[in-house]
Amino acid sequence: MADQETFAEDTAGFMASLYTAALRMTRNPSDAQDLVQETYLKAYRGYGSFEAGTNLKAWLYRILTNTFINSYRSRARRPEETELDDVEELYLFRRMGSRDDAMGRSAEEEALAWVTDDEVKAALESLPENFRMTVLLADVEGFSYKEIAEIMDVPIGTVMSRLHRGRRALEKALHDFGVARGLVAAR
Amino acid sequence: MNDEKDDTNIDCREVLHRVYHFLDGEMTPERRDEIARHLDRCAPCLRAFGFETELRRLIANRCRDQVPEELRTRIAAAIDHEHRQRSKTGGIAKGAEL
Repeated sequence: MADQETFAEDTAGFMASLYTAALRMTRNPSDAQDLVQETYLKAYRGYGSFEAGTNLKAWLYRILTNTFINSYRSRARRPEETELDDVEELYLFRRMGSRDDAMGRSAEEEALAWVTDDEVKAALESLPENFRMTVLLADVEGFSYKEIAEIMDVPIGTVMSRLHRGRRALEKALHDFGVARGLVAAR
Repeated sequence: MNDEKDDTNIDCREVLHRVYHFLDGEMTPERRDEIARHLDRCAPCLRAFGFETELRRLIANRCRDQVPEELRTRIAAAIDHEHRQRSKTGGIAKGAEL
């Protein structure tokens, strides 16, 4: 049984990543702050029931995710906000990853050098929420499929499906940014 | 499956189809070895895997945000307030100093 006296110290290190996740979820700094604060309060209140030594990060993310779903998620969700068109596998690689450029940079370096932080964030935020959250938990926070399934309270198969489709959609969104900036030929 | 068969028979399409499973470590050891052996011999597939690995890293590194100092302060204050409320109503808390 974890001790509330040590809560602040135990959880301080997670605030930055929780805040980043909250920003991607709410797409709004003010809501993100409120969400993180609410998460910390709930976590503090429930800390006595947390089993010390188990996965604290996943536990906190479960609270964050539940709070987001219950309090902040947009209520009137139209079908297009939950669905995702199928995107080709290896979308970005097929369009950018097959050559080295004149400066001798690898295809990876070239393809990924032009994108800005804001574009990566915007690309992720352009995904419908379920896909966005899954990609965020996997690729930004490094959770396993199993941990994501527990955090989002869905079967592992659903995690896998959302993750794979979400990643491909993210690649397309990144590509579209490149096209818009005239750095990449539309293909 | 016949062990004697040349295991490059797993074709590129199948390998590329599993890039995410492989990179996520969500694969049986046998399957993983099979793909690793293919990658040892197939430069184009290796490039694709390398690209996707770099992309994952990019997404992780570029999606960072500064926590506003005011948020840390707000949260510390909120928890402190909560703590005091409990101490008032919940009797003498172990080790609490007010």
